[in-house]
Amino acid sequence: MGLAAAEAQFHVLAVDDSVIDRKLIEMLLKKTSYHVTTVDSGRKALEFLGWNEGNSDEAIFSPKNNQEVEVNLIITDYCMPGMTGYDLLKKIKESAVLRDIPVVIMSSENVPSRINRCLEEGAEEFFLKPVRLADVDKLKPHIMKTMGKETLNHENQDNDKEIVETEIQSQQQQTPQSNINNNKRKSMDEGLSPDRTRPRYNNGLTVMSN
Amino acid sequence: MEIVGQLQKQFVDFSTSLYGEGFLDEQYLQLQKLQDESNPDFVCEVVSLFFDDSEKLLNNLATALQQQVVDFKQVDAHVHQFKGSSSSIGAQRVKNMCVAFRNFCEEKNLDGCLRCLQQLNHEYFLVKNKLETLFRLERQIVEAGGTVPVIVA
Repeated sequence: MGLAAAEAQFHVLAVDDSVIDRKLIEMLLKKTSYHVTTVDSGRKALEFLGWNEGNSDEAIFSPKNNQEVEVNLIITDYCMPGMTGYDLLKKIKESAVLRDIPVVIMSSENVPSRINRCLEEGAEEFFLKPVRLADVDKLKPHIMKTMGKETLNHENQDNDKEIVETEIQSQQQQTPQSNINNNKRKSMDEGLSPDRTRPRYNNGLTVMSN
Repeated sequence: MEIVGQLQKQFVDFSTSLYGEGFLDEQYLQLQKLQDESNPDFVCEVVSLFFDDSEKLLNNLATALQQQVVDFKQVDAHVHQFKGSSSSIGAQRVKNMCVAFRNFCEEKNLDGCLRCLQQLNHEYFLVKNKLETLFRLERQIVEAGGTVPVIVA
């Protein structure tokens, strides 16, 4: 962990119950030079992250797992059977160990209340499916943000412990941060009209000759 | 080489018609963009996954709609999945049919659902046929020593 990780490829964990979408997101991420792991459920995602729910209410993290697995970003589908992407997001943000990992939600449905809920719960971005390269390009700043944070956390770990509990509580009552009001709103605005305002395919085709 | 030129023209004309008639949309182009030398079969692989998944879904839909008491939520779940996968590969007409289908599910309209399933089957096998033709043309071009023209929006 730490500085050595900055040299290596960033590791993204992608969660989606659709095999087609898993293949797609894997390719999109690989193309952007990320190391990718895909899983088909929220439960498997948590297992991968080293989450082991023991007998008590608190999740017990297996230190060995946690050290071997470094995840720099989690991108998850919203609609999944069992644990939804939102449920997964909540679990991650409630965990002192996982909460700093940026989470991005994907959904095929443009539902403003859904988008809001996810952003308020701490998701960094909300992508409408099908996800494109342009969307994946937006991930880098979120990953970079936490790389710096991680080194800070190592130094201030003891001080942060007490603060963590109160922060989680206040976060839940907080109104959405101002940075949400930038291009994240784009999906919401598009949602008001029945058609997405993506460039529509028309007959203006050009052929590139090889 | 004459034959390569002919095949390439066929490919371009055929592709153009698929987009023009709404069988495929821009998402299919996005898939092409992701394919490269290190993943030369990406589009074919994704589309194959789509074929398998779709045929399974169509069977599940038929079964679900044949039940004594139809569980419209379950039917809707299948259609939702189908809508997602068809959208992900750019199969526009299939996707649009799924949208209509979901409306009937919401209304718990069995007749409407059955009609939609029929149309969905039709649209799916149409686009499957067309994509297989497209892949065949690509193979023929390559086998004849040519390169597959790249279509951009």
